[in-house]
Amino acid sequence: MLDSGLGELQAALAARRVSSVELTQLHLDRIRSLNGPLNAFITVDEKESLDQARRADERRALGEAGPLTGIPVAHKDIFCTRRLRTTCGSRMLEHYTSPYDAHVIERFDAAGAVQLGKTNMDEFAMGSSNETSYFGPVRNPWDRKRVPGGSSGGSAAAVAARMAPVATGTDTGGSIRQPAALSGVCGLKPTYGLVSRYGMVAFASSLDQGGPLARSAADLALLLNVMAGHDARDSTSLAREKEDYTRGFALPLKGMRIGLPREYHGEGVEPGVRQCVDAALAWFEKQGARRVPLALPHTALAVPVYYVLAPAEASSNLSRFDGVRYGHRAKDFADLADMYSRTRAEGFGAEVKRRILVGTYVLSHGYYDAYYLKAQKVRRLIAGDFAAAFAQCDFILGPTTPTTAFALGAKMDDPVQMYLNDIFTIPAPLAGLPALSVPCGFDGAGLPVGLQLMGNYFSEATLLGAAHQYQRATDWHLRVPRESPL
Amino acid sequence: MSLSPDQIRRIARLARIAVREDESALVGERLNRVLGLIDQLRAVDTGDIEPMSHALDLVQPLRPDAVTETDQRARFQAAAPAVEDGLYLVPKVIE
Repeated sequence: MLDSGLGELQAALAARRVSSVELTQLHLDRIRSLNGPLNAFITVDEKESLDQARRADERRALGEAGPLTGIPVAHKDIFCTRRLRTTCGSRMLEHYTSPYDAHVIERFDAAGAVQLGKTNMDEFAMGSSNETSYFGPVRNPWDRKRVPGGSSGGSAAAVAARMAPVATGTDTGGSIRQPAALSGVCGLKPTYGLVSRYGMVAFASSLDQGGPLARSAADLALLLNVMAGHDARDSTSLAREKEDYTRGFALPLKGMRIGLPREYHGEGVEPGVRQCVDAALAWFEKQGARRVPLALPHTALAVPVYYVLAPAEASSNLSRFDGVRYGHRAKDFADLADMYSRTRAEGFGAEVKRRILVGTYVLSHGYYDAYYLKAQKVRRLIAGDFAAAFAQCDFILGPTTPTTAFALGAKMDDPVQMYLNDIFTIPAPLAGLPALSVPCGFDGAGLPVGLQLMGNYFSEATLLGAAHQYQRATDWHLRVPRESPL
Repeated sequence: MSLSPDQIRRIARLARIAVREDESALVGERLNRVLGLIDQLRAVDTGDIEPMSHALDLVQPLRPDAVTETDQRARFQAAAPAVEDGLYLVPKVIE
């Protein structure tokens, strides 16, 4: 049961072969045995989860079951929840409980899901390794000496280690897809605006987007069906006709044009990663898809653009943490300004402070045009690269990351090396495009490799359909991590 | 370009983040590495390209100017570090 996908779990619950209480307890037991070494969850409240499961079973008995009734879902600790604290991986919010639920949480509640707990993450979603969390690093279930990726590393590790059937995450520069790739699970960043940001602690608002993590593309589609939808409380939430994201599952791959950007298939990609991605491409070609070599010439500028825009937006968003309305407040201070400065010095970790300082600098008088405005212009060039590419192809295929999971501590001393690991995941959110990552093999060290598919705006059903068909023919996504056996 | 210790102090003050003397060298060194990365943008010719502030060209939606929220002060203030009589407490700012 721990290894089941959503379809099987729904069927088992509907046929009363298992109750939500039993299913939830099974996962809570798994969390209890594995969370010590993996540290994937920050907060678990067994009683609360089991209460929710009991109510789900009652609703089912009354014939009121929704699409996810009784299914346990782990939530990234960036989504505000009234019933569990929301720390965002920070000392600043260590004791914070939100007075309201995020829109995503409301949607899962309405669908009948059980909250299984809040997953560990890089502090305020700033990081690619989960090492910036105030609550300690998450360990990769495939090799506990390595990082799971970040910032949604707790969600990725929880799904990989079968501590949760599915989880939520958020992606600003790769925070869903990169940990999915490094932990051997599936993750989708939807088109900007599909999933409401209401109640999702803000990092870089023009980039942040919630999305699902799961063990199959089919499960991602079912989760997106629940998560996506208009919400007037997020002014960037799109009012669109409701879509069924499973509708592409039988989409013919024959004749489909697969874009292969030379920037994603050249130097800088580890041989072990390249071999797996090439093998996946060969599979698509065998199904009759056609390769379209192309270029995304501004790819190398995406990382510098991102490290101007994201810190700039973060410096503004995180100004709300002032020790007055909620969160940490310093004990000793001389006056109001000193209270702010000490509160923020104590409450934020090194990476968050660094990004606030960078953001403050690029927005400061005399530097705004040279950095911020310039980065916004180059952002348009990057979006233009994709517009030209999607005139020639149906989706773009490449590696999610240039390497597999790296060792804990390996990149913590050099922020730039850490940032460059996100070279292939940063461009899509800059353009606002959807992209997903699915497992496509293992490197020589037995570490999972992620295959990234990027599509045009609102092409989620196509991406999920292509990924689903690939997964019907392969079993990379079904492998169980060797250091977290069932 | 590299930031001087004075510039770092100024930015830290603007950001309301206290940087201790003993950590300022390391903070400066790491910060300068990041600035080295973003300085790559200076060499790009962006001519008359319009800045892109947002992923989608959206018009801000408007709603009727009507009260939709109820008073939840007590609930919201339950999360505050210091409140009294419905007010948030801060250190004295006016002598």
